[in-house]
Amino acid sequence: MLLAIDTSAGTSVAVVDRDGGVLAQRGTPDAMRHAEVIGELITEALAAAGVAPGRLSGVAAGMGPGPYTGLRVGIAAARTFALGIRRPFVPVPSHDAVAWAHLASGGAPAVQIVTDARRREFAVSEYLGLDADGLPVRAAGPVLVPRDEVPAFDGVRLDAAEIPAGGVGMLAELAFAAGRLPLADDAAIYLREPDVTPSPGKRVTR
Amino acid sequence: MNRNAPLVLGIETSCDETGVGVVRGTELLANTIASSMDEHARYGGVVPEVAARAHLEALEPTIRQALAEASVSLDELDAVAVTSGPGLAGALMVGVGAAKALAVSLDVPIYAVNHLVGHVGADLLDTEAPLETPTVALLVSGGHTSLLLVRDLVSDVELLGETIDDAAGEAFDKVARLLGLPYPGGPEIDRAAVGGDPSAIRFPRGLTKPKDLERHRYDFSFSGLKTAVARWVEQREAAGEPVPVADVAASFREAVVDVLTAKAIDACRELGVPRLLLGGGVIANARLRAVAAERTAAAGIELRIPPLSLCTDNGAMIAALGAQLIMGGHEPSTLGFGADSTLPVTEIQA
Ligand SMILES: [Zn+2]
Repeated sequence: MLLAIDTSAGTSVAVVDRDGGVLAQRGTPDAMRHAEVIGELITEALAAAGVAPGRLSGVAAGMGPGPYTGLRVGIAAARTFALGIRRPFVPVPSHDAVAWAHLASGGAPAVQIVTDARRREFAVSEYLGLDADGLPVRAAGPVLVPRDEVPAFDGVRLDAAEIPAGGVGMLAELAFAAGRLPLADDAAIYLREPDVTPSPGKRVTR
Repeated sequence: MNRNAPLVLGIETSCDETGVGVVRGTELLANTIASSMDEHARYGGVVPEVAARAHLEALEPTIRQALAEASVSLDELDAVAVTSGPGLAGALMVGVGAAKALAVSLDVPIYAVNHLVGHVGADLLDTEAPLETPTVALLVSGGHTSLLLVRDLVSDVELLGETIDDAAGEAFDKVARLLGLPYPGGPEIDRAAVGGDPSAIRFPRGLTKPKDLERHRYDFSFSGLKTAVARWVEQREAAGEPVPVADVAASFREAVVDVLTAKAIDACRELGVPRLLLGGGVIANARLRAVAAERTAAAGIELRIPPLSLCTDNGAMIAALGAQLIMGGHEPSTLGFGADSTLPVTEIQA
């Protein structure tokens, strides 16, 4: 049983079980209030699933891509929750979770996942079906592209405004069962260098 | 929960230091800090996105290290405390998210506290002569320059004044840069000022003219000072004369120290408070401490300066304030609080 958190779009928290599926999922699409809602959503998801923290075997987190400020809240929360219950932290690429949910429910095998990356850009990943273990096969991405230059793709384009944590958690369960962890590095997927504008010392007299 | 000497873990991520502290009541058990200062050095100042990324990477290892240093385990904790503001929003949010999840995972209460009041709380740790109130507190760092009247640490703090433009630490960084010195500017200016004459150049003291004092008696301004130094240096350079770096550094520092200490002591006198507490990273400046000591002694004011490791931003001061709230019978924060980059000092707990 895993707690799963994704804040790469809104905030989504789920409790999942390999056999029982998504036991509970709570969330909000609000992309501005991750820090406010994260604690209550964790509490609510656990209560709705009827699961005490000590019964969890790990904590999965969507590592992005997504707007950084919100993304970090979920990753930070997942890491300290895992620390608190002394169980592993399981990083998952957020696009993989969306692709998996689409593919596992019988969606078209070739799928292009598109999410908001701010600054008039999208983050894009492409997948070609599920492999023998039932994990999505990523063929490209995630990369950033200008919004009007999303590459042509021979398949379905799926614009995801929300990333359900249930998918993050179930994909982590599946990968664990198949001995395929880790699915990602334990680092946020930023895709951009930090925005720094070192102000050159400017003259005040002429 | 142990309300007499609660075991509290405090998390501080308001600027560029990832701080985690552990206290038992007023006893300091651990004060662990991971700084991203080196990463900011090449930009000449704290870059918010760089700071926030560093917090995310440093926080969990820093919590582990603090627990190890304190020789306590997570399930012994009575509560978690966290800075909810003021500070850099994206940086604060990392700490807030982490602290909430940690508290929920351990099923312990959480206390969201004010960073500036935390600086005052630092003075309670490991001391035989505990902080008395009321006290005036002068908090000076790269992020803030504030003068507070603390009547009661957990229930009554008033903002007397603050900077209306740059923080004092920022002024040090900017003047260091224009003198060609690296970041952070405070220690560099100190080094450059050795042998310099602090009265060589009379740089302006911001908001000290009678007309400014009417509205800004306890406020600070360092932007004009920075500009004055820049102009002075540029005029020298334009005239083809060498810039006496030691004199410029010493004179600039003197202007900052003079105005900081003068306003703090003015507040003590005017309000009849015979105590002054210093806090914030700029307190590391030896000249500031020396002048504050001289002037408070002359005015019959008790001067309190926590150890430097507790003056710079740290998690122990946040844990200390959380412990004070618990010992004072205050209820925990509800889980829905957010990061508030402009949290007023009157809001001691969110
Ligand atoms: Zn501070």
